[in-house]
Amino acid sequence: MERLIFYVLATVAVAGALGTVSFKNPLSCALSLVVTFVALSGLYFQNDAPFVGVLQLLVYAGAIMVLVIFVIMLLNLPDVQLEQERVSRQGIPLALFLLGPLGVLVISRLISIELGEKPEVNASFGSAASVGELLFEKYLFQFEIISVVLLVAIVGAVVLAKKRL
Amino acid sequence: MGTEAYLIVASLLFLIGASGFLLRRNLLVMFMSIELMLNGAALLFVTFARHWNRMDGQIFVFFIIALAAAEAAVGLSILIAIFRLKHRVNADELSELKG
Repeated sequence: MERLIFYVLATVAVAGALGTVSFKNPLSCALSLVVTFVALSGLYFQNDAPFVGVLQLLVYAGAIMVLVIFVIMLLNLPDVQLEQERVSRQGIPLALFLLGPLGVLVISRLISIELGEKPEVNASFGSAASVGELLFEKYLFQFEIISVVLLVAIVGAVVLAKKRL
Repeated sequence: MGTEAYLIVASLLFLIGASGFLLRRNLLVMFMSIELMLNGAALLFVTFARHWNRMDGQIFVFFIIALAAAEAAVGLSILIAIFRLKHRVNADELSELKG
């Protein structure tokens, strides 16, 4: 059963990713990206990370994608511009050079994959309580830094998107 | 499922995202490809957190999600500013910074 769930989630995630990079209309790309995020959240749950899985659903599939779709609709690109887009010609050799070796490696592992067993973890592994404990003890300073980063991002976004200051 | 199966899914997501970033020219789609790459890395962190039975990896995913939110806010407002200036979102037409 666990295998079946993994296969379904993994297939949906990769299919959604392929849709994201290959659809012509940005709105279709964004919607298939949401599909990928939901499937990934399921994979996090399978991976004993329920807290991160919920976070993925709320923040990524919820907040960030709403922002992206909002911007797509705000820009309201004419179809002519979408038709004009071509695959970048300089990008093809670069992609082959940079990603070809990794792609060959992944495919060769995919063919000869050994489905191991799930590693044993404690019962409280990945729960909100235990993640929170770690976050507010060992990583408290980093947590404060990330809040400053978010504040700077909010200010930056307002400054950039405003017509006149 | 063992660790390796998750690693392959994560690498596939990263590969698809990276190739989308290199090959597509629409700034919105390039932005979404970056999100895909970030998510591939996040899945790696979660998988190895379970593999080594340490939750530090999950904290890192928390930070990745927070950073992605910040990146989305700034990136999309840059995109809106560019669109307001040129009425295009094609990366090839933004070449004024070339020396």
